[in-house]
This record gives sequence, C-alpha cells and structure tokens, in this order.
Amino acid sequence: MKTFLMYRDHDVDQRGRLPANVQILTNDLELETLFDAMALGDNFIFEVTRLTVLSGMNNDIDTIEYRQNILKDCLKNPSIVRDLYQIPIESIENRKRHWYGIFSDYPSSILSGSRSMMQMFTELLKKLKYIADNHADKFESEGFSRFYSMIQKELDDDYFSIMETHLKELKFRDGVHISAELGKGNEGENYILRKPDQKKLNWFERIVTKKPKSWSFSIHPRDEAGSRALWDLKNVGINRVANALAQSADHIDNFLKVLRFELAFYIGCMNLHEQLAGIGEPVSFPMPLPCDRREYSCRGLYDVCLALTVKHRITGNDINASDKDLVIITGANQGGKSTFLRSAGLAQMMMQSGMFTPADSFCANICNGIFTHYRKEEDSKMQSGKLDEELFRMNDIAGSIRPGSIILFNESFSATNEREGSEIACQITRALMEKKIVCFFVTHLYEFPRSFYDKKMKNVLFLRAQRKAGGKRTFKLIEAEPMQTSYGEDLYANIFGKDR
Amino acid sequence: MGFKSILFKENDDQIKSESLNMPEFFTDLNLDQIVHAVTHGKEGYNLKPFFYTPLNNVDAILYRQETARNLENKELKKAVESFSRKMILMRRYLSLIEKLSSGFHKQGWFLESVIVYCDAVKCLSRDMSGIVLKSTGLIAFRNYINSYVDSENFTTLVFETQKIKHDLSDIKYCVIIKGSRVTVCRYQQETDYSIEVEKTFKKFKQGAVKSHLSDISIASGMNHVEEKILEIVVKLYPDVFFCLDNYCRNNKKFYDNTINRFDREIQFYLSYIDYISGLRQSGLKFCYPAINSTKKKIHDYEGFDLALAKKLLSEKKMVVCNDFYLKDKERILIVSGPNQGGKTTFARTFGQLHYLACLGLPVPGIKAQLFLFSSIFTHFEREENIRNLRGKLQDDLIRIHSILKKATPESIILMNEIFTSTSLQDAIFLSRKVMETITELDALCVWVTFIDELACFNEKTVSMVSTVVPENPAVRTFKILRKPADGLAYAITIAEKYQVTYTRLKERIKP
Repeated sequence: MKTFLMYRDHDVDQRGRLPANVQILTNDLELETLFDAMALGDNFIFEVTRLTVLSGMNNDIDTIEYRQNILKDCLKNPSIVRDLYQIPIESIENRKRHWYGIFSDYPSSILSGSRSMMQMFTELLKKLKYIADNHADKFESEGFSRFYSMIQKELDDDYFSIMETHLKELKFRDGVHISAELGKGNEGENYILRKPDQKKLNWFERIVTKKPKSWSFSIHPRDEAGSRALWDLKNVGINRVANALAQSADHIDNFLKVLRFELAFYIGCMNLHEQLAGIGEPVSFPMPLPCDRREYSCRGLYDVCLALTVKHRITGNDINASDKDLVIITGANQGGKSTFLRSAGLAQMMMQSGMFTPADSFCANICNGIFTHYRKEEDSKMQSGKLDEELFRMNDIAGSIRPGSIILFNESFSATNEREGSEIACQITRALMEKKIVCFFVTHLYEFPRSFYDKKMKNVLFLRAQRKAGGKRTFKLIEAEPMQTSYGEDLYANIFGKDR
Repeated sequence: MGFKSILFKENDDQIKSESLNMPEFFTDLNLDQIVHAVTHGKEGYNLKPFFYTPLNNVDAILYRQETARNLENKELKKAVESFSRKMILMRRYLSLIEKLSSGFHKQGWFLESVIVYCDAVKCLSRDMSGIVLKSTGLIAFRNYINSYVDSENFTTLVFETQKIKHDLSDIKYCVIIKGSRVTVCRYQQETDYSIEVEKTFKKFKQGAVKSHLSDISIASGMNHVEEKILEIVVKLYPDVFFCLDNYCRNNKKFYDNTINRFDREIQFYLSYIDYISGLRQSGLKFCYPAINSTKKKIHDYEGFDLALAKKLLSEKKMVVCNDFYLKDKERILIVSGPNQGGKTTFARTFGQLHYLACLGLPVPGIKAQLFLFSSIFTHFEREENIRNLRGKLQDDLIRIHSILKKATPESIILMNEIFTSTSLQDAIFLSRKVMETITELDALCVWVTFIDELACFNEKTVSMVSTVVPENPAVRTFKILRKPADGLAYAITIAEKYQVTYTRLKERIKP
C-alpha cells in the first residue's frame, strides 16, 4: 500500500534533500512567514512545508503538474481532505493517550503491545475505507483516484474480518499451544506455536466426547523459579508470531506516517489559500516551462509574505521578462524593489513545489537551483569586513551554482565605493549570464546598470521603482532606464524637517 | 565603621543605581561579548549590572582604579579568592537547606554553613593584615573586617558553633532491621562484627580474589527511612538537639551584610583582572588611563579591541595595536581606506576604551588619557527587517536622527558605514548634513566611511586610513594611521581572493 500523493511513482523522502543554502534562502526570502501561515502553529506542517518548498528545485514539470492537480482537488473538497488528515493524527493521539507501542524486547510484551496497536489501526483503516467508499467520486486528480482505488481494493470487508479474528485469537484465551521436538539429550527444541482447535463444543457434546489422555501438574505460587521457566517457554513459542504482528504494525504505522506527511503539505497549502482569500489576494496555478527556455511573465505578482504580514491587499507587479537573462531593478528607496525581488523568489519556489502562485497569472521556466545574495548586518564574529563577507558568500555560491539556476542580488557589492562596487557587480553578472544563469539584481549602484544599458543588450531588462512627481511612491515597478539618485533627500527632508 | 562599598566611593545612591539593562551600544561595540566572557563562571554574583553602569565622576573612577591596581598584588588576590570560594560553599549549603524536608536535616546543614562562614572571615582578616595596602577602599575594608572579627557578636558565634559541632560529633546510635522492621538505639560498645567475621574466615584465604565490593555510596540527601531513623536519634539525645534548635533559631541572620556585599563587589575587579591576565601574558599592555572631564584632548597608544584580541589569541594569531590622539580643536576621527583593514575594529576600540575607562578599569594601551563621557551612541549596520516595513535608508536616517537629538557635547558618537544603501551622491549629501550637526555639537566622534570627501571636512576632522602592504595590496596591515585619505579601496583584490572575478567565475561554474 503506497500513498503516492507527492510523486506519481515513489514515496516522499521524509528527510528531504535540501539545498546547501537553506538557511540563507529562508532568511532572505522570509520563508518562515510563509511556512508559519501554512502551518498555523502546527510544527509538523511547518516542517513538511519547509522541506517540500525548499526541495522543490528537484522537481520536474510532470511532478509539479501532478501536485497541482491534487491540490486543486483539495481546494475543491477541503473538509474531506481535512477528515482524511485526521486519520493519521488520531493514530498519534491514540498512541500518546494509551501508551500503545512496542517497548520491550520480550516476545510476550511485543505481542501484547503490537496487538493493541493493530486493534487501534483497524479502526482507523475502517475510517479510511469509509471516506474512500463515500467520496472517491468527488476527486478528479490522478493522484487521489489512484489512492482511493488502492484503498478500496486492498481493504475489502473480508480482509477486515480476517484481521479481527486473528487479533482476537492472539489473546490466547484458551492458552498458548506450542509444539516441540526432542533435541540433543532429549531436550526440547523447535518450539512452534500452534493454533488451538477452532471447533466449539456445546454442553452435550462436551459430555459425550472423549477427552484426549492427559496429566497435569502445578507450580506452587511461591515457586518463583518454576513460574519463570514456564514464562520463558511461552516466549520462545510466540516469538515468531509476535515478530510478524509487530512488523505488520510497523508497516501500517509507516503508511499512516507517509499519509500524514504528504497530506500535511496540502493542508498547509489549503491553510494559506484560506488566509489569502480572507484578505482578498488572488492566487493562480502557474504554468511551468522547461528549464532551458527563457520565459517569464506575470500579472499582479505580489510578495505573499508581505501580504501575510500586513494582512491586506498589496500592490502587485506585471512583468514580462521573457528572453531576459538579467533583470536590474533600480530607483526610489521604499519603492518596492526588495519586495518585488522577494516576490519573484517566492513565486518561483512555490511554483516548483507544486503550489499555486501569488499572482493573477504566473508563467516561467523552472530552474534547477535558487540562490540569494543579500547584503548583511555587520559580522559580529569580527571575521571580516563587509565587502569581504559579501564576496566570501559569492564564493560559496559560485561553488554550487549551475547553469539553469536563478540568483537574486539585493544591494550587493555596495559596501565599497560606487566605482569599484559597479566593477565587481558587472564582472559577476556578466559571467553568470554567460553561464545561462538568470540574475535579478536590485541595486543603488549607478555605473553598473548604466554600463549594461549603454550596450543596449537585448537580454537585459531594466525596471525602476516608480516615483510620481513630489516623491510619492506607487510601489509599482516600471520598465525604465536607470537613474542617478535614490531620493535620499526626500527622506532627509521628511525626517529631519520636523526639527526646523 | 566607615566602610560601605568597594565599588562606590560615596553615598548609597550609586549603589541603588545599578542599571539592569544592557546599554544600547553594547552589541555594536562587542562589549556584550567582553562582559559575557569576563563574568562567565561568575553568573551567581550577578555582576553584569556593574558592567552596565559607567561612573560619572573622576573621583569615583580613581577609587576603583586604586582598588584594581592593589588587587594586582598576587598575595592579596589569592587571599580574596580563597575567601570567595568559602562564601560560595556557605551559600551552597544555605540553598541546599531550602530543598530539604526534615527539620533536623536542615539544621545540620545550617551549622555547616556557619562553620564555613566563620572560617572565611577569620582567614581573610588574618591574610589581609599581612599585606601592604594602598587603596582607600581596601584599607577601609580591612579596618572593617578586623573590628568585626574582634566584635562580641562574632566571637560568640564562633564559640557556640564549635561547641555544638563537638557535641553532635559525639553521638553514636544503632539501627536494627528485622524483616520489615527497623529499630534504632544508642550505641552500647558492641564490637565490630565484620572484623570478627574476617578473623573467623581468615584461614580459608588463598591468593588474590576478585573484589566483590560494589561502589555503592550513600548519596547526599535523605530518604524517608533515613529521616525516620534520625527522628529516633533525636529522641535518644534530646539535650543536644534542643541546643542545636536554639542555636539555629538565635543565629538566623549570622552573616554580616557589608562583608557579604564585599564578597560580591570584589568579583567585579577579580573577574576583569583574570580576563586580561591571559592577554597580558601574550605581551599586550594595559594601563590605568588619566580621565578628563572637561578637556577633549585624548590619546591612547597601543590600544586594541579587547574582544577581538581574545579571539585572535585563541586562534594563535597576532593582535595589531593602534594609536590615536586628538589635540586642539580636533574632535572627529574619519576612518577610511581599504575594506577589511580594521576600520570597524578601530571604531569599536575607541568606544571600548572609553567605556572601560569609565568603569574604573585598566584599558588596553601603554599610556592613555580619555574623556569622561556622558553617553555613547553607535550606528552600525543592521539587517533589513520585513516587520518594520521601512526602507533601509529611512531606517538609517531615523536612527541617526534620534541619536543627534539625544547627543550632547559630552557624548561619544560612533558611525560605521552609514548610508551604504543609497547612491553615492545621496550618501555624500546626507553625510555632510549629519557631519555639520556633529561639528556644531562639538562631540567626540569616530566615523568609518568609504566616502573620501568627508576626510577633510573641516578643522575638527582628522583623517585616519587603514593601510595595506605596499608590495601586495591584498595584504592588510590592520594599522590605522593618521594620514590623508587616498581614495584607494582594494575591492577587486578581495574579489580575486575569493575567485569571483569574471574570468574565474567563468571557469568555475560547471554544467
């Protein structure tokens, strides 16, 4: 029995293959805000969405679309999916409440532990079956259709009744029947547990049927050594059956764990969907295109983390960056540059993990890695100067970035003077572009964007944070040539002006 | 008795003024790391508030400088440390008592704590008498403790303590366990059965055998059976326990508050002296600075960043020292030059030196004259934060604005690479505006910047430059020298060092 709700043909890797720059990405793109919104305080969902979103760069288009369809089913049937998710949760709660589990390495306790677990699992599997029987027809995706038909096939009524009979008999109400052979020195060996005779006799038959010849002895209640020996023999006998039952319990346990893990991702998506709907922000299912294409177009792309933080609708951007290898964003302070950069990174990651994107529409080629290079706080470990630290991080990135990746620069290389900062920025972006890496670059440097602009390169897009006359920001990015100032004087007048 | 505090010369006001919060500039100057390292292992004394409270008059600083200098006498330091260790033990016993349930169990530990205390006080008084003291504070304390030791209160305490301890040591009793039954009685000269048994079986002994002694030991604390036994012992020897009960009742507040406070306050000096002794051993110098409360003529020669020095030494690296001075109208040190050349460290050092000096402690350097500041303001870069929803430049400006509003001519202002999140043109404009205000204020300031234009702003500014080895510009000397800004930042050499130039990147990125 396999769930296969994340991949068409294999289980999800619950430990995840995360990129080396996980921590940096999480900080720079404020991913925890996203995960928090998806998790709604649930640590497990948080962890699952974190792993799934951050390992999204490994997914192919087929997987992305497979998940998109499953997610569409979820959004259509939220309460059924949440009921489904309750099943593995109930398993965990039951185990906590009743101390179910296999805690010992003695067969008798393994047996009793796994038997009570199996009894609990049976009830849960019945619930699963009930959902499959009653709601399977409401789901259209390949993933869910397969899942439900598997449940219906594997867990039919006969199977449940056989399972229940076994669980009852393994209580050994009529005693443990063990066969044995004589080994060396007439010592018993090959102890094998036997199933007692099933036939129940009524009172009349019991009187008239001849009993098999037998003698009995008893161990004195105070004979501790004697009781101990009997107990050992019984354990040898039930060893294999205890093992078999315990293994089955483990299998079902794992099945429920995978189900929980895979559904947790979709529950996270549903949670996010509900919150965005609550503040009136649109979402759409993106169209992923092959990695070797250069496609990028979006309408109303917004920073989902900012929207979640301010809890109201925020300005989105319409961008067409198809056939571009470099997007340079310049212009007014607080004009929405960083916000746009983050929204681009978030949308890409969400798309590649199979989620919807925070935009009216979003279409882009997938990438095989996403990198960020943001300016950082002064290093409190005193190891290096600021520029040194920035180039140190660039060195790390250069070690793992490959053609087909995306990199987001935010005010990088401005810790030195304008001329040298521009030179470094130029050299780095030129090399990356030629290596088929898409760069988004927010900058205050002037010479750097200017030099690209003057060359009139077709594969470079220039965006500028819009500023209306009088200094008012619209938070919209427009296509425009880079300009010299960032309007620091506006801010100065604003903050220091009050004193005069 | 004229002695109150070894940290504060005057009135009780200052004693109450222990600031509990870490000053804002602490993290920027890495003073938090220094204080953390200095007080590490002495958390129980709660010393941090002392380090958070700079002094505001020269006399108070001198009072501490004398004491610190005197404590560098090894003999004295050893005596005080031995005293402190005993006081720790005393407190540990007292706190143990609170966790115990049985009354007689508690009284036993109480007695132990008094014994340790008497010993601590007597030894310190004796040890200090044999040492030549120069500090006003320590001399006053010695007078105090000597007369305390001679006081009737203390001598009575010592006498009673010894007597009761002696009586308790004399008690002997027996416990008899039968099945589930336990009996306790006075000891009546029964012989040692183990020895008898050993004697009896001695003749069977042949060669060495494996020891079957298990290493079970009675853990400290008492279970309920032991408690029950003790209760019977009390009934067997009622007189002794009646005395003990009285003794405990009468001596609840046995220790002297002034001595107790001395024990805590003296740790302020000891912790710092211990902290810098490692640095001294590797050749770094410390000195007691002259403190000026009016003139802004200052200097420090061979200073260094205390936090960085500790770190470098632990990595077996060399520490580079730097000098600075300000004379006449000079107030503002503009530090420019190649990146990673020690500019930020220089600014931190300047702040640390002043702060430590106003705590009354020795500072890095061979000779120093420093200013008695009223406040320190720092502006170091901070990471962008989505939650404050303000742009970085606006953030910078708001912080600077609030600094300039609060600053006075007695302030020290440390600026580190501000306005880097905007264009060069903007940065120059804004820096000039801020510079004008600071000049007008006449405050002391260190300003780290890449904007060369600021270096020769006016007669109050002094240009200092981080330097490189002339033959190999990629190697920093970490020397900050007083000389005109030359506009050379060696950014590209750093890019080469990290192999992120155009050519190297093209080679490195593989499909």
